[in-house]
Amino acid sequence: MKHSVWAYILIMILTTNFIRIVPLTLIRKQIKSPFIQSFLYYVPYVTLAVMTFPAILDATQSPMAGLAALVIGIISAWAGLGLFPVSVICCISVFLLEFLL
Amino acid sequence: MDNKTAFQKGLRDGFPIALGYFAVAFSLGFMAKKCGLGPLEGFIASFFTRASAGEYGVYSLMLQDAGYLSVVAMSLVTNLRYLLMSTALSQHFSPETTFLRRILTGCCVTDEIFGISIAYPGYLNPWYTFGAFAISSPFWASGTMCGIIAGSLLPKRAVSALSVALYGMFIAIIIPPSRKDKAVLLAVASGFLFSFLHSRFGSLLHITLSGGSITILLTLIISAAAAVLCPHPAAGEGGGTE
Repeated sequence: MKHSVWAYILIMILTTNFIRIVPLTLIRKQIKSPFIQSFLYYVPYVTLAVMTFPAILDATQSPMAGLAALVIGIISAWAGLGLFPVSVICCISVFLLEFLL
Repeated sequence: MDNKTAFQKGLRDGFPIALGYFAVAFSLGFMAKKCGLGPLEGFIASFFTRASAGEYGVYSLMLQDAGYLSVVAMSLVTNLRYLLMSTALSQHFSPETTFLRRILTGCCVTDEIFGISIAYPGYLNPWYTFGAFAISSPFWASGTMCGIIAGSLLPKRAVSALSVALYGMFIAIIIPPSRKDKAVLLAVASGFLFSFLHSRFGSLLHITLSGGSITILLTLIISAAAAVLCPHPAAGEGGGTE
């Protein structure tokens, strides 16, 4: 690895915390542009979606178990379960499926 | 509520968050290990960053030995929601809140800590947020560290099952707003679709972007398209939290 792990970590720490404190220091006024507001509204969901699929298929030993976890997770979250229960259900689904398959 | 009571209330409300963090961070630890992080590096990185998606994205960049500038880009894009959350919190401070306390409260922001802080009745006492931070961050950091250590000790089947905890949390964040807002549903579905298309067919079209770069690029394009096609209803009226 050419780059330093600690440099990566330091840059990540500084950038992530910078974005957290910037509104409390620089942005004194509300953001007015409807485009920027809408853009900022969609970004978190899109980025998580892009990171979840198809990566979840490669996270498990069998891609089918990963796909099942995705579908079961979506159904559980759709039904109103919170972060922790959905996570646990996904893990259990993969464990059981890989045990049976 | 005085500072001490607020801090204790923060500790109490932060405890369930801390337990969930440990489990999810454990799964993040497997990922971190694959990307070459040691236990100490994982602990420090997680303690000071506390951003599941952001850390995940940056670790995947490390695996590819990507440039430092892409680490900045990844951290900005995956954590852009914290900008919104801090903006919302900034409206929730008493005018007497000192500059230092505002800054420190900003650094504490995560999805869950923002959630309980914004729900704090009246002006936010920063000590409440500090309490939630104090209990949850060590759990997040040690969860990552334990995941890095245990990744090689646990049976493969257990690692495989626990690996999806992180994705389970991502799913639980994106699905409820998708259910409420069709535009979000469409944006999320597009994210799934294009990310899948890139991973399976990208090489045929000689599009050989790394996993990290494609995350940044697809996020910017799809979010911009969604913002043009379906402007968020609350846009223009201030606010900006979901």
